[in-house]
Amino acid sequence: MNKENIIDVSNLTKQYKDILAINHISFTVKRGEIFGFLGPNGAGKTTTIKMLTGLIQPTEGTATVHGKDIRTQIVEIKRTMGVVTEESNLYDELSVFDNLRFVGQLYGVSRLDLQKQIDELLNKFDLESKRDAKFATLSKGMKRKVTIAAALIHSPQIVFLDEPTTGLDILSARILRALIKELKDLGVTIFLTTHYIEEAEQLCDRVAILVNGTIKTVDTPKNLIAKTNSKNLEEAFIEITGLKEEIMLVEKERER
Amino acid sequence: MFKEEIKGSLYIALKDLRMYYFKPPNLSWGIMFPIVMALAFILRNPSGVKDLASGLIAMSILFAATSAEAIVIVFERRTKTFERLLLAPLSLQAILFGKVIGGVIFGVLISSIFLIGSIIFLGIPFSNTIFLFLSLVLSAFVFSVFGTLVSVAVKEIFDAMTLANFFRFPMIFLCGVFIPVSALPSFLHPLAYVLPLTYSVDLIQFFITGSYDLVHPAISVVVLVFYSIVLFYLAVWVLKRRIEQ
Repeated sequence: MNKENIIDVSNLTKQYKDILAINHISFTVKRGEIFGFLGPNGAGKTTTIKMLTGLIQPTEGTATVHGKDIRTQIVEIKRTMGVVTEESNLYDELSVFDNLRFVGQLYGVSRLDLQKQIDELLNKFDLESKRDAKFATLSKGMKRKVTIAAALIHSPQIVFLDEPTTGLDILSARILRALIKELKDLGVTIFLTTHYIEEAEQLCDRVAILVNGTIKTVDTPKNLIAKTNSKNLEEAFIEITGLKEEIMLVEKERER
Repeated sequence: MFKEEIKGSLYIALKDLRMYYFKPPNLSWGIMFPIVMALAFILRNPSGVKDLASGLIAMSILFAATSAEAIVIVFERRTKTFERLLLAPLSLQAILFGKVIGGVIFGVLISSIFLIGSIIFLGIPFSNTIFLFLSLVLSAFVFSVFGTLVSVAVKEIFDAMTLANFFRFPMIFLCGVFIPVSALPSFLHPLAYVLPLTYSVDLIQFFITGSYDLVHPAISVVVLVFYSIVLFYLAVWVLKRRIEQ
C-alpha cells in the first residue's frame, strides 16, 4: 500500500443476481483529502460506500482501508470510520443525547470521553437546546446534524458522507460544508457523494466520476474542467458522463 | 476484542429493553396472555392448578422472550436503524447476541413474576431454586433466539407475528404446558419431541416437583443448548443473506 493512500480499491465488483451494480472499479483515496464520488442516480455510489463500510460484501476484487482488508478485518476498520448514510438511521424514540450516547457506546468510547465528546458536538452543531428532544421531533436539517454528530462521536479518521446536504436548507447546507472543511483541516479524510456538483467543486480535492458502475475518471476538479474545456465541474461532469446528448435531446423535445 | 463485543451486545440489549420491551403492548403479550390462558384451564379444573405451574412459567418465558424479539429486527430494518448497528465495530454475531440478550432479560423478568406468584399463591415447594432460575435463563435464551430467527427471516412486521404464532400456539398444546406430553395421543409424540418448549416445561417441572414427565433433566439441558446454538447460527446465516439482497 502506498503510504499516502488511506483507501485502496482494486477491481471492486458487486453483482446482484442479473445486475452488475459495480464493475471492476479501482481508485485510491489519500490521507486527509476530500474525495468526491460523483455520478448520476443509480451509478453505484451508495453500493460502493456500502462495500467500503462493511454493510455488504463485494463479489470480486479487493479494498483496503489503512492497509486492512474490508473482507477480513472490517470490524477493526469500522473503529476508524464514521458513516453518514443517505437516510437518517438514528432512533426516533430516543433523545438526541441518548442517540449520541448509544452510538458512542457501540464504538467503545469511554464514559468520560463520551460525555465530553457529546457536549462538544452539541455545541459545535448548535444542538444544545435539543439535547433532550426526541429525534422524531426534530426538523430534517436538525436530524441531519445529529446524524453527522453521531458519525463523529468516536473521532474517526475517515468519514463517509452519502449525500449529506440533500434536503437541507441553504443555511444548514452552508454550515455543513464549513464543517466538512473544518474536518479536513483536522486531518480527517472525507469520502463524499453528492448530487450537487457545485458542492463537489467547492469542497473536493479530487473526484471520481462513476457511470453505470464503472469509473470514468479520477482527477482534481481543476484538471477535469481543463481536460474537457468546460467552464465548471458541472459542465465537465455532463461531458464525462455522456449526459450532454440526453440533455440536448430533452431540450429538442421541449422546442417541438 | 471479545470484551468490546460483549459490551456492545449489552448496550444493544439495554437499548432494546428500554425502547421496545417495557411498552404496554409488549407487556400485555408477555404477561396477560399466559395469565388468561392459565385461568381458562384453572377455572375448568381448579384442583389441577399446581400441576400447571411449570407449564405456565415456561409459557410465560416463551411469550415474553419472543413478544418483541420476533419484530425488533424487522422493525429496525424498516426504519434503517438496524444499519446503524451494522456500521458499528461489532461482528454480526455480537449484534444478534445483543438482540437475543434483550429477549432473555425480559423473558426471565416476566417468568420470575410467575415464579414468585406460584411460590406465594400455590405454595409449591422448590427443590432447587438456583437450578430453577438457570433453567428459566436457558429457556429464555432458546425462545429469544427463536424470536430473533423469525425476525431476520421475514420482511414485514405482520409476517413476523404470523410466523411466530405459527410455532407458538401449537407449542402450547403439544409441549406439556396444560396437558402432559405423556397424556397426548401417541401420534403427536414425535411432534412434541422436536419442539423446544417440551424440554423447557420438563426441566422446570423437575426443579419444581423433583420429577419429570419425559426425559432426564440433563437431556433437556443438552437439547435446549443444542437448539440455542443451532437457531442462533441459523439466524446469523439468514441475516447475512438478507443483508446482501
